[in-house]
Amino acid sequence: MNRPEVQPYQKPFCIKELPLGSTFTGGHLVEKNAGWRTFRPIVDQDKCTGCLRCYLVCPDGVIFRSGDEMVIDYDFCKGCGVCAYECKARAIEMIKEEL
Amino acid sequence: MPGQKTFVSGDEAVAMGARLARPHVISAYPITPQTVVVERLSDYVEDGSLNAEFMHVESEHSAMSAAMGVSSVGARAFTATSSQGLLHMCEGLHYASGARFPIVMMNANRATAAPWNIYGDQRDSLSMLDCGWIQVYVEDAQEALDMIIQAYRIAEDPEVLTPFMVNLDGFVLTHTYELVEVPPQETVDAFLPPYQTVNKMDLANPQSLCITVGPNLNLEIKYQQHMAMVNAEKAIDAVDREFGDVFGRYYGGMVQGYRCEDAEVILAATGTTAGTARVVVDAMREQGHAVGLLKLRYLRPFPIRQVCDIAGRVKAVGVLDRDISFGLEGTIYTNVNSALSRLAQKPLTLNFVGGLGGRDISRENIESIFTTLLAAAGGVSQPEVQFFGMECATDE
Repeated sequence: MNRPEVQPYQKPFCIKELPLGSTFTGGHLVEKNAGWRTFRPIVDQDKCTGCLRCYLVCPDGVIFRSGDEMVIDYDFCKGCGVCAYECKARAIEMIKEEL
Repeated sequence: MPGQKTFVSGDEAVAMGARLARPHVISAYPITPQTVVVERLSDYVEDGSLNAEFMHVESEHSAMSAAMGVSSVGARAFTATSSQGLLHMCEGLHYASGARFPIVMMNANRATAAPWNIYGDQRDSLSMLDCGWIQVYVEDAQEALDMIIQAYRIAEDPEVLTPFMVNLDGFVLTHTYELVEVPPQETVDAFLPPYQTVNKMDLANPQSLCITVGPNLNLEIKYQQHMAMVNAEKAIDAVDREFGDVFGRYYGGMVQGYRCEDAEVILAATGTTAGTARVVVDAMREQGHAVGLLKLRYLRPFPIRQVCDIAGRVKAVGVLDRDISFGLEGTIYTNVNSALSRLAQKPLTLNFVGGLGGRDISRENIESIFTTLLAAAGGVSQPEVQFFGMECATDE
């Protein structure tokens, strides 16, 4: 469940440095995309049973396990709340983002 | 090496060409407006003469999506469609070309709805010129078979990696029978080696496919795609020459000029109409008229240089369009004019629109077009866009 790291954008010097078409190694040419999220899911690790239901239902694939904890990648989470709604242990709470 | 001669329809010639190219998967929607091509290919899979998987899918959109899946693991994909089926694929066509999947597809050029029918008309593929696919238009069944084999060589060239559409005029080519030479499998195998690419899913080298690219580099990736198509001309010419050396049939690459050297007027035509026009050129030459034919084989990449070289020397150029871009003119006319506008001295150009919905394009039609062109070259003013072969007057 390891996710590829987003590689920082570096302006290419020449077009030949770009990969072919739209096939890239993971994390390459990816832009962070979550700035318009209104509610942020917060995992209560004490309540979490590690059932991985949130990992399965997340439409953006941004929830993953790291060690014993479920972690959310807030660079890409859109705040849809599906994880919080589906969590049987009620371990995920949606908290309004502060501007 | 000579092959075996056989009497087949244009559709069957395509199926034979596809079998010789050894695709791993054929994905196709089997119902109207589909042609016999995929029916024959399913026979070949059934009788064991083609070792491929035949996927019956629920629509042309799915056929193209499946073909992309095939190509994305580095396998060879083939599909065929026509008319509304091609239009239904449109979304996938852009995806496949942007992802640089060298899928080969046969398209039977047929009318688009409404009113719909299943007869010859090029409005389907000409409305898809901007999808990023190479487009070739063939004249007879032999060229159809040969171009399926050439298509894979060109599309899979690492410098090209662009999907390839082989267009056959509906009915007059797809459903009529001709004597066709089928090259031996060993010769085709030597000419067309298995597809090798890094542009694929690979457990040893995991990559993301068909990803999103934001404003920071989207333009550059599209530039890359455009240049691959522009440079495909080199592969097209090289493969045409090599194919001719091996199989004995040269098609001229991007275009084929016929008696254009000393011509006063020429007609630019595609597909089967080029065959009819060639006969008319011979007949009119015997009567002393300096006429010629410019057979446009490829429309993407567009043969800008060749059109300028050949059509730039004459007084008047007619463009025969089996299509109409409503509210403008025939689409091939737009493209030819765009090429000719690069010349310091552009010849007079006229557009002849006809043959829609399967209306026959006769020798008499083409003679009449040449007569109009000769009159225009002699200074007689002519309407720029003319519909020919109409059954009735267009005004009271």
